[in-house]
Amino acid sequence: MPGLGTSFGRGAATTAQQDLSNADVILIMGSSMAENHPVGFQWVVEAREKGAKVIHVDPRFTRTSAMADIWVPLRAGSDILFLGALIRYVLENNKQFGDYVVNYTNAPMILREDFRDTEDLDGLFSGWNRKKEEYNPETWLYQGAAINVGHVDHKPGQADFGGGHGKDRGGEAQDPGQYEEDRTLAHPRCVFQVLKRHFSRYTPEIVERFCGVPTEMFLKVAETFSSASGPDKTGAICYAVGWTQHSKGVQIIRAAAILQLLLGNIGRPGGGVLALRGHASIQGSTDIPTLYDILPGYLPMPFFEADSKTFKNYIKKHSVRTGLWSAFEKYFVSLMKAYYGGGATKANDWGFDWLPRVTGDHSHFGYWLDMADGKLEGLFVMGQNPAVGGANGRLERKALAKLKWLVVRDMVESETASFWYDSPEVKRGELSPGTIATEIFLFPAAGTAEKEGTFTNTQRLLQYRNKAVDPPGDARSDTWFMYHLGRRMKQKAAQDSESHNDGLRALTWKYTVKGEHEEPDVQEVLKEINGYTVADGKQLAHIKDLRKDGSTACGAWIYCGVYPEYNRANERNPKDLLGHGWGFAWPNDCRIIYNRASARPDGKPWSERKKLVWWDEKKKQWTGLDTPDYEKKMAPDMPAKIHTGRGSEALGGARPFTLHPDGVGWIWVASGLKDGPLPTHYEPLESLLKNPLYGQQENPAVDKKARRDNPYADSPGDRRYPYILSTYRLTEHHTAGGMTRTLSHLAELQPELFTEVSPEFAAEVGLRHGEYATITTPRATIEARVLVTPRVRPLRINGRIVHQVGLPYHWGYSGQTTGDVVNDLLVISEEPNVRIMETKALVCDVKPGRRPRGKPAIENPLV
Amino acid sequence: MLIDLLSRWPLIRQLQTGADGTGTEAMSTNTRNLRPKTLGAQVTPSICPYCGVGCGQLVFHREGKLIAIEGDPKSPISRGHLCPKGADTLELHTHPGRLKKVKYRRPYSRSWEEIDLEIAMDMVADRLWDSRQRTFQESKDGDVLMQTTAIAHLGGATLDNEENYLIKKLFSAGLGMVCISNQARI
Amino acid sequence: MSVTAFLTDSTLCIGCKACEVACKEWNQLSEDGLDWSGYSYDNTGALGASTWRHVKFVEETPTPGVGGNAGEQATWVFSSDVCKHCEIAGCLEACPTGALVRTEFGGVFLQPDVCNGCAYCVVACPFGVVDKNHEDGRAFKCTFCYDRQKVGLQPACAKACPTESIKFGEINQLRAEAEERVRVLEQRGMQDASLYDPTHTSVGGIHTMFIVRGDARSYNLPPNPEVPTHYLRKGWTSAAISAGLLLGGTLLAFLTDGARERR
Repeated sequence: MPGLGTSFGRGAATTAQQDLSNADVILIMGSSMAENHPVGFQWVVEAREKGAKVIHVDPRFTRTSAMADIWVPLRAGSDILFLGALIRYVLENNKQFGDYVVNYTNAPMILREDFRDTEDLDGLFSGWNRKKEEYNPETWLYQGAAINVGHVDHKPGQADFGGGHGKDRGGEAQDPGQYEEDRTLAHPRCVFQVLKRHFSRYTPEIVERFCGVPTEMFLKVAETFSSASGPDKTGAICYAVGWTQHSKGVQIIRAAAILQLLLGNIGRPGGGVLALRGHASIQGSTDIPTLYDILPGYLPMPFFEADSKTFKNYIKKHSVRTGLWSAFEKYFVSLMKAYYGGGATKANDWGFDWLPRVTGDHSHFGYWLDMADGKLEGLFVMGQNPAVGGANGRLERKALAKLKWLVVRDMVESETASFWYDSPEVKRGELSPGTIATEIFLFPAAGTAEKEGTFTNTQRLLQYRNKAVDPPGDARSDTWFMYHLGRRMKQKAAQDSESHNDGLRALTWKYTVKGEHEEPDVQEVLKEINGYTVADGKQLAHIKDLRKDGSTACGAWIYCGVYPEYNRANERNPKDLLGHGWGFAWPNDCRIIYNRASARPDGKPWSERKKLVWWDEKKKQWTGLDTPDYEKKMAPDMPAKIHTGRGSEALGGARPFTLHPDGVGWIWVASGLKDGPLPTHYEPLESLLKNPLYGQQENPAVDKKARRDNPYADSPGDRRYPYILSTYRLTEHHTAGGMTRTLSHLAELQPELFTEVSPEFAAEVGLRHGEYATITTPRATIEARVLVTPRVRPLRINGRIVHQVGLPYHWGYSGQTTGDVVNDLLVISEEPNVRIMETKALVCDVKPGRRPRGKPAIENPLV
Repeated sequence: MLIDLLSRWPLIRQLQTGADGTGTEAMSTNTRNLRPKTLGAQVTPSICPYCGVGCGQLVFHREGKLIAIEGDPKSPISRGHLCPKGADTLELHTHPGRLKKVKYRRPYSRSWEEIDLEIAMDMVADRLWDSRQRTFQESKDGDVLMQTTAIAHLGGATLDNEENYLIKKLFSAGLGMVCISNQARI
Repeated sequence: MSVTAFLTDSTLCIGCKACEVACKEWNQLSEDGLDWSGYSYDNTGALGASTWRHVKFVEETPTPGVGGNAGEQATWVFSSDVCKHCEIAGCLEACPTGALVRTEFGGVFLQPDVCNGCAYCVVACPFGVVDKNHEDGRAFKCTFCYDRQKVGLQPACAKACPTESIKFGEINQLRAEAEERVRVLEQRGMQDASLYDPTHTSVGGIHTMFIVRGDARSYNLPPNPEVPTHYLRKGWTSAAISAGLLLGGTLLAFLTDGARERR
């Protein structure tokens, strides 16, 4: 999401699934959409039936490739090489949508003289601090930009402890100040020229040698995709976890974003970048985050740093002079009023000092390693199954044994709940129940038909689920659990007058309960999220209604408008293709965001065929086929006052990317990302090859978390692990398997863990179809049935044959079908911006036959 | 009554209609009265719990029991369709492996026990409070800290927005827990 | 009441198996065994007593650069197999109890309350669809969602199919659509696309037509399916001739034998 967030302004898909049917070409990469989003894929099929070309780039020929016009196998982990070469192709052949690029992106902005590119520093950008292992991004800013806050250690747009999701993305340090631009795009230090130079060596020849994609196949893709550009044509890119779960995942998405900005595909029908989210409400779980570094609406958590010591500092740090984030204080104060109600007053800085400060890497892997070292007492796990879904499963499960207490909430007894008697560690004798002190509570959870609430799907759409029946027995919703837990905690706080409970006492926690189960009213929570005026409790209707004087409360400013007088998320009367009248898309029910870009700077559509939103000269407002993602009455000819103006108005009438302080799409991300303003090819953390382009082998800003129980293969080219491993999903199963391996109708569709290998690989290693293979990495050894298939191909990389092995990761030790945990093979690593692990490209060894069982005869800490 | 009995006899019906005995005249009463099990049931609109597409679902139920879960034809995204997982949502709710009681494991124990829901809630609240009291840090070097890093939370992408909202509100804004994470990154 | 049909267009099928699950959920059919087949992604194997939709996976070696939708080759094609609800149905003809009947929608329905488990229908089906459940004792097959059709609902599998590969509607309309579709596919370069609807045999055409790429036999669709009663006349005639010869020969044997004795 920071990939999308920094490029465009919001960390979310820019378009709706239905809109894919308007595309002239669709590139699916880092995703097998037909398998993992089958019902969404019907829109790709519609586009195809209308004549669109579908391109699928994937190491394996999958069910998606079976529906595509062009399938390109490539080496896992070489995506930026491929995308960079596409960018270079567009620039070399002048295929960019010129008017769009000049007016709606930061291509014309001129950069500082002291900036150095990866071309100059052999794979690093200027500002790398070797000792601290991080960048100071000051040299990446525009020439003339103003740096906001004056603390000595301040790194514009970055927080010490990560925080990849925070509003930092908006780049509060990227106050464009007195920036300069060259709209002829000729200045040697303008973004456009720097971009050209940065990708100049990403040639088709490099792609052939190091991605394994023959030149003519690459050119076919380049020609096809870049033809969907200009006023009359658009193309869309769909991606999923095949792009995100890499040590440079954010940068891969940045590369796609740059491509789409160059081709002028953002904010237009049939264009965009569709991030295909994998869980029912994973978009919601970052919007209303159960994440450590942000508050609802992507407001940053206060960090324990000089810049955020006081409320005043915190607001100053995160406010931007221009664009929608100029109203930061309004969003934040309204949130505090929702959290602390009457207890939040101007006098106490709205309860700012009751919020905990972030002091380190408190993400999943950050605290899990602390857990493994015995530093945590308690853990809640709700609707997640890290014993199967987490990287380095052995470490994950053994860490659980170090807790004092564990609370798991799930519909079934997941592997996380049963680790203490059923895990591979227990079976191997590494752990035994008799030595595990962890006290465990396993609460039965309600299913979706048994509770009401909203999900936010992959296209930012909030859809309300109504409750059909009661959950069985003592199963309850998580709303019920949290409400009653909170009630108990507040009861305890009422009797304990210590100051550290002030916030807890002030916390508003009055929700009406109904029925014999005392179920809290979920719609009251949604109403709080929407926001209301404090004085009379009236629901707010629009983000514009938020105030910073404490008169409004709002749980998540980006969702403001979902529940004005009625629950818009529960509306089920769709009026058009984009689905207006069905659910509520944030923000403000815009289905395709940044849609101002679908019209020319003068307000007329780029073309009749691709019209979406345009200026109505008579009514003097923006109108069209979608809710305008723009100030309704801001005329297109209103001049921008970026250098000196304030607020959203400063952007004028022709700058569609309203969350950015300069109102344009960011080909160049000056601040907000920890690993560079432009995507750069780095090899995966475990790779067979040296980086072909730079001396810098891997993403320098990655946090590898290397330790004895989280060991890495030597890279590049560890002889013990000569093959590339990638993990993926199947249609028939879902994530860690708790919702599918437990069901007979799905278990029988894919009843056993298997690995897909090419016939050449099987012959080389001695694998036989239908028998077993043992796969080993430095972390674990697992076994799987062998599926020999020509849909997996060896690739010729730099003159030698390279083999890739694929494994679906759904299996665990409980359910109707069980199998080894594939994620045990992975290493825990953290991409620098969002701390995601690398699952899509690592190295392994494969041998025929079944794996060893029982207690190891020799003490080996790695087995 | 005799006439009624005779009229239900396939042979009589065959003679009456002149058909060849392989059509509707040969249907039993059951077959002739066959109706879909969802007829007359209550229908509640909902959303699929699996992936991020967000297909509309119609939940058919009667007297508190689920009967069928199918696609919602009105959804502009899914148009009534479901994938194999979405199509199995009924089994997700009704399969025998579902938990219905709280399971509790004492330290060092080799087996689960079943305990009462309210007691379990009280016990969890005690442990949460206890751990927090012991490990909470209000300040560091004179600056506001207000956190505990000894208690953590994992989960969110399968939960409702309202649930995630309450979790963050209580755990972070209320209790000062900072170690909060879920499946989402990008 | 119009005659309804399925048109299963495998060029739209993504091999997701929603049809299999939707059918099993609606009809509350049990699983068929958790056995990994290793045969592509097809662990269902075949239609049977508790599997009434079966997605076939037909896999070839892919060519890099060529996707499955390209005309040049059909690399990995999926097609959802189902009871053919034949115009002239072998199972229906063979059933001695009248359990199998033709509904007002033109489908073939097996009445579970009449079936006696004789399994004559099982051997009579030219497609190997209907099957006996040995624990239960009765035979079962796709009902064409007769219960749903009775109130104007479409069958569960057609409703679920994400890409509308399974189309449901009035039979003549679907036949026309099918022919048009094959034309369109050929224009796109898929010379190997064809409509499977064996009207030229004794089956007389089927109510669940298929559009497939390549050889229909890969999809368990025999080129010349015949209803066993098609061979009735030939069979009885042969039997009659054999009987006649046998009778004649026996009589002859007795008569000549007697003549010898009298001499």
